[in-house]
Amino acid sequence: MTDPMLSVGDKVRIRDAYPIGHCRTPFYTRGLTGEIERYCGRFANPEELAYRRDGQPAVPLYRVRLPMQKIWPDYTGAPLDTLEVEIFEHWLEPED
Amino acid sequence: MHDHTHPNQPDEEDGPFTEYRLLEVALRELLIEKDVITQAELHKTYRMMDDRGPHNGARMVAKAWSDPAYLDLMRRDATAAAKSIGLEPTWLNLIALENTDAVHNVVVCTLCSCYPWPLLGLPPDWYKSRAYRSDVVQNPRKVLAEFGTTLPETVEVRVHDSSADMRYLVVPKRPERTEGWSEEQLAELVTRDSMIGVVPALAKEDL
Repeated sequence: MTDPMLSVGDKVRIRDAYPIGHCRTPFYTRGLTGEIERYCGRFANPEELAYRRDGQPAVPLYRVRLPMQKIWPDYTGAPLDTLEVEIFEHWLEPED
Repeated sequence: MHDHTHPNQPDEEDGPFTEYRLLEVALRELLIEKDVITQAELHKTYRMMDDRGPHNGARMVAKAWSDPAYLDLMRRDATAAAKSIGLEPTWLNLIALENTDAVHNVVVCTLCSCYPWPLLGLPPDWYKSRAYRSDVVQNPRKVLAEFGTTLPETVEVRVHDSSADMRYLVVPKRPERTEGWSEEQLAELVTRDSMIGVVPALAKEDL
């Protein structure tokens, strides 16, 4: 089993992809860039579990921190407000 | 004023068993008869399910307010912190979110209604509503204000979308003028909604 690809503080982009089937990547986060807040461990792949397969190999899961103003360009709260969301590794790309 | 009578509320036994009720009884009795499970095991499970509720989360928060070593454990490994006081959220991967003067945390599950059942019980209906789930990620300050929680612009509002395998417990700020209170007294101040993050803990005067 390979090590998790990303570490805390890494800048990442959430894939802007729309595959058919079940996944746990909220639509509003797709295509956005943020920062790894923490690594949560490996979990069975929900995209497989949804179809009664075993979800193995388990996939690294991270929490990604996104500034609210990046998610919602017309955000009216404070500029320092943020959102953190759990995203599986295969939905993340390093952002240069 | 009442000048008419109401029919008696029917007892549960007055209607026929539903199909699912019959299925449950048949399956349960068969499993016990065939020694697959015992009556004692069944009752242990009932107890475990009945014991889920915000009193568990409140115990953790009160202990975190009272014991710096416990707070430290909650920050590092909240699941271990739950287990260390006899709570057994076996399936739960818990993260504690500490509210401070700089950060206010609030939890949602936009995709469904993920929630730390063993520590908070069943989620309230509003938590599962589309209105809460879609509004709190877009306009958290407005939603918090609807709950009566107004925060200055200098406090970062941090929304946590419980989108996969982690579950979240907000540790609200310890109310003022509660120095010297026991953990049991402090736990009285910790409400379900304060552990979701939509309101602060109760004030001393609210008790």
